[in-house]
Amino acid sequence: MSNLTETDLHAYADGRLDDVRRVQVEAHLAHDAAATESVRVWRAQNEALRALYNPVLNEPVPQRLLAARPSRRRWPNYALAAGVMGLSFGLGWATHSYRTDRFAEAAALPHRAAVAYAVYAPEVRHPVEVGADQQDHLVKWLSKRLGNELKVPRLTQQGFELVGGRLLPGGKGPVAQFMYQDAKGQRITLYVALRDAEPRDTAFRFSQEDKVAVFYWIDGKLGYALSGEMDRASLLAVASVVYRQLNP
Amino acid sequence: MESTSITEHIPRLRRYARALAGDSHRADDLVQDTLERALAKFYLWRHGSDLRAWLFTIMHNVFINQLKARRELALDDAVLDGLQSAPQSDPFELRDLDAALRQLPVEQREVLLLVGLEQLSYAEVSKALGIPVGTVMSRLSRGRDRLRAVMSGTSTVTSLKLVK
Repeated sequence: MSNLTETDLHAYADGRLDDVRRVQVEAHLAHDAAATESVRVWRAQNEALRALYNPVLNEPVPQRLLAARPSRRRWPNYALAAGVMGLSFGLGWATHSYRTDRFAEAAALPHRAAVAYAVYAPEVRHPVEVGADQQDHLVKWLSKRLGNELKVPRLTQQGFELVGGRLLPGGKGPVAQFMYQDAKGQRITLYVALRDAEPRDTAFRFSQEDKVAVFYWIDGKLGYALSGEMDRASLLAVASVVYRQLNP
Repeated sequence: MESTSITEHIPRLRRYARALAGDSHRADDLVQDTLERALAKFYLWRHGSDLRAWLFTIMHNVFINQLKARRELALDDAVLDGLQSAPQSDPFELRDLDAALRQLPVEQREVLLLVGLEQLSYAEVSKALGIPVGTVMSRLSRGRDRLRAVMSGTSTVTSLKLVK
């Protein structure tokens, strides 16, 4: 077999060849002791690596990893905003005030969302003002009150059906709250608040407000918070879907 | 339901980090930095693409940056081959494998682990590390040769740290 390459041997050792090529390599190996030995060694290396490190898979995951939060690395919009503000006011001051604003707002959004969740999620008879059966009306009404076109994520695949929504007072004006419920009656809410600060974006963040887990982010003029009385990982799975549907 | 949760990838990220970084505390630091960066950049992840490969890419970038910050990038092959030391006579044992991996240049160690331990395809490794498949194959080949040499005691066991 003249066109056998070393790549073929590696792919053979790693089980990456199709049947035809595999048979060709095997035919070659039958009379090439050195290549046969190489394949044997490489396979032994793979097996040894798995034997040595696979036990890590069964170790409990340290809490600090489960509690990891988005890093404070600057994202592009932040750099741009700080740069623009720096031109007018001096970078040091601008960065400082921007951060102060960021922390204040960052703390307020998940807290308000968690309180709103805690108030309305246990409500049996009146969890929402407008039910999902009038979804078009609900979205139009809340979009008009917030002065922004709102989108309602579909979470059917995640097991959550829209219950409906309501209008709430927020720190900076009207807030929309959409409520979802799964087959077991567990509820989550998407809290959408209008911001009066300048438009910007933030990454995905997490906050634990007593028993309520909240994932939140800011997208332009709107702040979003998804709240639920569930573990972080389960909520994250839903929040990532919400995030992507709203930021296609 | 499609697997979208970063959290469920943590055990495999830890396994890879342990093999890559060695020390378990340092490995978990690497995982934590990777998760923090992934969460901050989650909006960049394309729905439907392979989340695990994306996480490996982030871990690769974080790891290389950490090494650069510590000025600890492994020396390349030419320098390694020039180093002489007494041959090792220890038999092949698992506990030696971890030490042997430290003797591999980082770029060979990464490829070797992504292929052999994580069982990524060559195309996936190419994508995760941002290098052509041909480069994946040459690093894999050199990495396997070097590991074989170290384990059979025909190569250096000198601890390699770039100190300046």
